[in-house]
Amino acid sequence: MVAANEKEISAEAGVKKSRVKTGENGWEAFSSTMEVFVQQLINGVTLGAVYGLIAIGYTMVFGIIGMVNFAHGDVFMISAFVALIVFMAVTAFLGMGAGVIFLALMLALLISMVVTALYSWTIERVAYRKLRGSFRLAPLISAIGMSILLMNFVQVSQGARNKPIPPIMRDTIHLFERNGFQVAISYKQVMIIVVTALLLGIFWYVVQKTPLGRAQRACEQDAKMAALLGINVDRTIAVTFIMGAALAAVAGTMFLTYYGVVHFSDGFVPGVKAFTAAVLGGIGSLPGAVLGGLLIGLIETFWSAYFSIDYKDVAAFSILAIVLIFMPQGLLGKPEVEKV
Amino acid sequence: MSNWEKDPILKVEHLTMRFGGLVAINNLSFTAGRGDITALIGPNGAGKTTVFNCITGFYKPTVGRMSLRHGHIDIDAHVEALTDTAGDSVTTPEGSLYLLERMPDFQVSARAKVARTFQNIRLFSGMTVLENLMVAQHNPLMVASNWTLGGLLGLAGFRNREKAAIETAKYWLEKTKLIDRADDPAGDLPYGDQRRLEIARAMCTEPVLLCLDEPAAGLNPKESLELNTLLRAIRDDHGTSLLLIEHDMSVVMEISDHVVVLDYGTKISDGTPDHVQNDPKVIAAYLGAEDEAEVEKIEAEVGL
Amino acid sequence: MSEMRATPVVNWTAIFKDALIAALIAVGLFALLIGLKTDQTLNNQMVLVPRPGLFGTIVALVFFGRLFLGYLNAVRSSEVKKKKPSSALMIKVEKYGLPVLIGFLVVYPLVVLGTVGPQGALKWIDNFGVQILIYIMLGWGLNIVVGLAGLLDLGYVAFYAVGAYSYALFATSEPIKEFMAQLIGEGFWQAWAFWICLPVAGILAAFWGVLLGFPVLRLRGDYLAIVTLAFGEIIRLVLINWVEFSNGYAGISSIPRPSFFGVPFNATENGFAAKFGIEFSPIHRTIFLFYVILALALLTAAVSMRLRRLPVGRAWEALREDEIACRSLGINTVNTKLTAFAIGAMFGGFAGAFFAARQGFISPESFVFLESAQILAIVVLGGMGSLVGVVIASVLLVGGVEILRELDFLKMYFGDNFDPAQYRMLIFGICMVLMMLWKPRGLISTREPSVFLKEKKAVSSDLVKEGHG
Repeated sequence: MVAANEKEISAEAGVKKSRVKTGENGWEAFSSTMEVFVQQLINGVTLGAVYGLIAIGYTMVFGIIGMVNFAHGDVFMISAFVALIVFMAVTAFLGMGAGVIFLALMLALLISMVVTALYSWTIERVAYRKLRGSFRLAPLISAIGMSILLMNFVQVSQGARNKPIPPIMRDTIHLFERNGFQVAISYKQVMIIVVTALLLGIFWYVVQKTPLGRAQRACEQDAKMAALLGINVDRTIAVTFIMGAALAAVAGTMFLTYYGVVHFSDGFVPGVKAFTAAVLGGIGSLPGAVLGGLLIGLIETFWSAYFSIDYKDVAAFSILAIVLIFMPQGLLGKPEVEKV
Repeated sequence: MSNWEKDPILKVEHLTMRFGGLVAINNLSFTAGRGDITALIGPNGAGKTTVFNCITGFYKPTVGRMSLRHGHIDIDAHVEALTDTAGDSVTTPEGSLYLLERMPDFQVSARAKVARTFQNIRLFSGMTVLENLMVAQHNPLMVASNWTLGGLLGLAGFRNREKAAIETAKYWLEKTKLIDRADDPAGDLPYGDQRRLEIARAMCTEPVLLCLDEPAAGLNPKESLELNTLLRAIRDDHGTSLLLIEHDMSVVMEISDHVVVLDYGTKISDGTPDHVQNDPKVIAAYLGAEDEAEVEKIEAEVGL
Repeated sequence: MSEMRATPVVNWTAIFKDALIAALIAVGLFALLIGLKTDQTLNNQMVLVPRPGLFGTIVALVFFGRLFLGYLNAVRSSEVKKKKPSSALMIKVEKYGLPVLIGFLVVYPLVVLGTVGPQGALKWIDNFGVQILIYIMLGWGLNIVVGLAGLLDLGYVAFYAVGAYSYALFATSEPIKEFMAQLIGEGFWQAWAFWICLPVAGILAAFWGVLLGFPVLRLRGDYLAIVTLAFGEIIRLVLINWVEFSNGYAGISSIPRPSFFGVPFNATENGFAAKFGIEFSPIHRTIFLFYVILALALLTAAVSMRLRRLPVGRAWEALREDEIACRSLGINTVNTKLTAFAIGAMFGGFAGAFFAARQGFISPESFVFLESAQILAIVVLGGMGSLVGVVIASVLLVGGVEILRELDFLKMYFGDNFDPAQYRMLIFGICMVLMMLWKPRGLISTREPSVFLKEKKAVSSDLVKEGHG
């Protein structure tokens, strides 16, 4: 089901352009044209920002309750649908003027964050809370069931077809041109990178400097002890799910504006890639999740541009396997010592 | 000349274990005699369990050599030559010599025949008491089942071997007074029984050296006395040497032939229980005194 | 206690408040995603279609559902807790359940044939019988890995795919056909291809099990699950993209169907019907396939029951309980895990070869992650390690979802556009979540000892560990 509707979620314009320019001989082009490289770098960072935002949700939940929240990718997909519907509703009433589009996007972002957070909260409350601390496989199966549920809920309620939005923010900023190849950054890309950086800053502040963040870190270390010290563990965990979902909603809205289309199965592959990012960065580590997201975005973009677009997902899954096997603590994670 | 010098079974030389910057064991050397009960004692955090984990292969020591012998092979005559090779063991007509630090954990048990128990009991709690003892006889049973093929076909050789394994298990269950609970899940047993089951399970691997990590912890005085009897029986009837970590000094002084004292990963005393008991360094370590003058003061206070 | 049962304390204000909150949350969740539908007009314009009726109905359902649940909880909490089913009963279910089930399955096709006739029987034997049996077999195979050895495998479908593609590629390959024709004669190869390829498919799957298992087995817990998921996806993506090898998305078609030990199922005079002097009917092949998969599934069950009583099986369970203790007892845990992986994979391979032969066509579409999740859900829901549990879970999950296809009468109520089959996976997902909440340890969760001295006592599920890998 996933495969049938798999879309090219790799960087768009730059890849195709470079292919036309350089033909089959990718490696030669690589050594000769710096421009292609810069263009791919911009595309990769954009994609990486989206992965990084989703990865934070995985890494926070894993850090605090030690479970892989399998449904997180589908929460991301839900957020893109919410953004789509809000965007369509606003533009249906107010038309497609430049100011309206900006307003529509901001509203889509905000409402999507709220609704997605509500989804995530409900999922935690209904499907995970009761299973916390019980049989280890139960929450995982519950999460997989939730993932199937969400995917099919959207399929049933919104239909199985691709859902496009009208092309928006198509303008680009030309950075430089050499050897007939233009290096450009689109407004969308600027928006994604700026919004991501801004939100990460706010988020970082909350987690590092507020009592809420301290409570989260305390629960991560030892939930039982934290409860004894008067921390409301249930609420802290719920807030973690809400924060992760809100960031995934940012990613979902960006995803929608960047690719201009969304499909009910779009949660799975980006979800796994974001999880890869979380693992690569060191699961449990927030800067690690962002770093991992950027690396996965870059690797995917460069792989698609220089090797083979068909095998880009194979590359992502292979990285996941290789990292877990040879470097399970990730780049910024703490190594685990076996207790005898 | 003491037994552990005349007839050692295990010889630990210059054992050092570092975790990052922390030195858990520092240049530790000692020998354990065959047929002895050797006690490894020391205050909390002295590195005793780390020594066990090195001996049984769970940790690879940073530096050090641990040689274990079966039979009467002369350790000193062969160990240098063996160290220079890439191998982990040598066998002569007199016996075999193993370099434990070169062997993976499961081989330390399977080949070198060193068994162990754990400080925080590690039983297969969802399996019955009898099953726990059957798992301990995995390797001989595996051979008898022709690596599963013969067992799958139900060959008689395997069936007979399995009966023998059940007999061995029964023997140890009787020894440890657990025979009535053979078909109960191990996790259902009370604490003291679990401790004894862990010893029985270790004995089912037919070890030459049994390492016990705080076997008397959490036992009441009666259980503690029974444990002493069991440990003596293991040594006297089965020729198994014992190495134990223990905090309960009454147990240590009662049953051990040889005591090694660790503090902050360093050996501070080594000898007979009497010798160790009167060693001022040991008393200082236990009571936290700085120098001998202070020790004497404390000794006077406690009436020694 | 009995007095309290007579007059259950029901705090209606609190229940009402709860239901109201639930309804408000439902408004938040569904206002956009159910209240508005994105649709495409004929000229590809995206439009929003409001659906206030559906939205209102669902919010009302949530409200009254929560009200009812609240009342139920209030009544139940004042009742005496029901006693758990005794472990002796569980052992009996495990002991007598299986023979009864097998007996039922052996006569099932004939009973169906007798009651609904050959026309209607096809569906019942194929969709319900063969389909469910494939999942039972896969569940039993995965049970060795997950239930016994405690290794969480989310990529089991990869071995199913290896088995299916092995048979499909071998049976349709021209060079192999020529080679076999010279070796054993063309007619013989055509007649026996399935039976020759079946063990080959199993061995290849086991080989892949070892190959993939080797690097990942030192990982623990969820990490092992994710790496196996990654491997499963890699195999599927390679099958999609390596067109020269596997024909990509298009898949492999006209895979030879299995013969009745050399006698083909066709209308010719050498066919099954003619040989046995009965009228030709396509149902003969279906019934035969039913018995083939039944035999394969029973082989899986027999081998895994036997293995549990052998040292290797006991080592698997010990591994699930405590890996460090296993190592301290001289058990080579890497080899032990690899055997579990390989044997589990082998049965997956057998099932895959059967699947390819039954369908006559395979493509990567059949081996998506969802399949792995479904098989794992069957094992966990059944109760880890329980063979009967797997059967019950397969019937519930696969059969239950299949039943939805039969509910065409619902169109009378919901209009002609209503297709109950569309809701299959949605309901499947809901069931997975609900069943985990209801029975996190599965339906049959007690463990039966593999050996006993005097009396066989079941081990309560609270003591059985679930493994760390």
